[in-house]
Amino acid sequence: MRSVIDILDLSVEELDQLIKTATDIIDNPAKYAHVCAGKKLATLFFEPSTRTRMSFEAAMYELGGNVISMASAASSSASKGESVADTAKVISCYADIIAMRHPKEGAAYVLAHNATVPTINAGDGGHCHPTQTLADLLTIHREKGRFNNLTVGFCGDLKFGRTVHSLINALSRYEGINIALISPDELKLPSYVKKDVLQKKDIPYVQTTNLEEVMPALDILYMTRVQRERFFNEEDYLRLKDSYILTPEKLKNAKEDLAILHPLPRVNEISVAIDDDPRACYFKQVLNGKYMRMALILKLLKEAGTI
Amino acid sequence: MNIDSIQNGVVIDHIKAGQGMKLYELLHLDDIDASVAIIKNVTSNKMGKKDIIKIDADFEPDLDIIGFVDPDATVNIIKDGVLAGKRSIEMPEILEGVLKCKNPRCITCCEQELKQIFKLTDRENKVYRCIYCETKAQY
Repeated sequence: MRSVIDILDLSVEELDQLIKTATDIIDNPAKYAHVCAGKKLATLFFEPSTRTRMSFEAAMYELGGNVISMASAASSSASKGESVADTAKVISCYADIIAMRHPKEGAAYVLAHNATVPTINAGDGGHCHPTQTLADLLTIHREKGRFNNLTVGFCGDLKFGRTVHSLINALSRYEGINIALISPDELKLPSYVKKDVLQKKDIPYVQTTNLEEVMPALDILYMTRVQRERFFNEEDYLRLKDSYILTPEKLKNAKEDLAILHPLPRVNEISVAIDDDPRACYFKQVLNGKYMRMALILKLLKEAGTI
Repeated sequence: MNIDSIQNGVVIDHIKAGQGMKLYELLHLDDIDASVAIIKNVTSNKMGKKDIIKIDADFEPDLDIIGFVDPDATVNIIKDGVLAGKRSIEMPEILEGVLKCKNPRCITCCEQELKQIFKLTDRENKVYRCIYCETKAQY
């Protein structure tokens, strides 16, 4: 059964098709309002994430479908020791499609290989979060009209930020991409991502600790939060959490058509003073995430012959 | 240094120097109730130095493990003191039940009934990754 664990599970052609579908959903919502009538999405969230869960649920409702939900590990059979494999087999009996978030890396693989309905990885620990990348890609496409010939800056936690790794992977498949990696030394992009993606595909990149230095060249600035839950050591988190805070001052030398993205939630890494700047795209990104999830649910249900 | 020839068993030769002990451990040769010799840093015209393992028992080695540790190693089967056959060694595409994922956040760390499976992702650099969390194999 088809599943999406990683953004690379989707070909460039499939991504293009998803963007087309999402755009059509935005333009003609009524056309899609009942396409999933009588179908059920199960959202299994073993790790707190109101945002992604609600986005999936809103997506299914807007397609005319229903949602059955497990909102926390404490309220599930996992608290009694049930394995992900068993959960996958059981929930497949109730739902037509499953979206799962789990704190353990690789849990999405176990789900996909045991479920008998299509599955979507809604985040498995620090590993992958493909639907966030779909939201990012639709936002870039709607703001820039293209994926080629862009200079993209990633700022903040590039070590544990799975959305950063996913988006770099996704963009690496397009021509003319330049990357700027802006982070404190302790949170640099892991060397395997640089080696396996950037160097392997000859993508030019700069690595710096200074955001202002690279700001004038950027078409996209992807800000990230330093995530407390990814640290084993609280002391390291406290030391690094305020490393980069985007303020109007820092945007002085930025392009007029820069697009500022952030996977949210934000803590304080983007000043609220920027929210009214037309370059701030992070709330549009949330909406785009819902449309891309709608497009993905539709695609997977169609491929499974469910609709 | 002389090591007696074996009559019936297996000789794993041309092992990259320093890899012999790793192979010994992964093949669980300490569990065999037979003579096993590990010869380290043997002078070799072709390799400079190499390791050799001789197992004096009718033993079928796991060729995937040998291919994972050193795909250039050779395996000779000895019967009645003479060479009776060779086994070809290749890097396996999948390595199952041999290594454990070292990523403490991997699902295999908390669900231990899951099979430990690694996939060859970079043949040139001999990189294997956990199929679940994609962490690079370490041994």
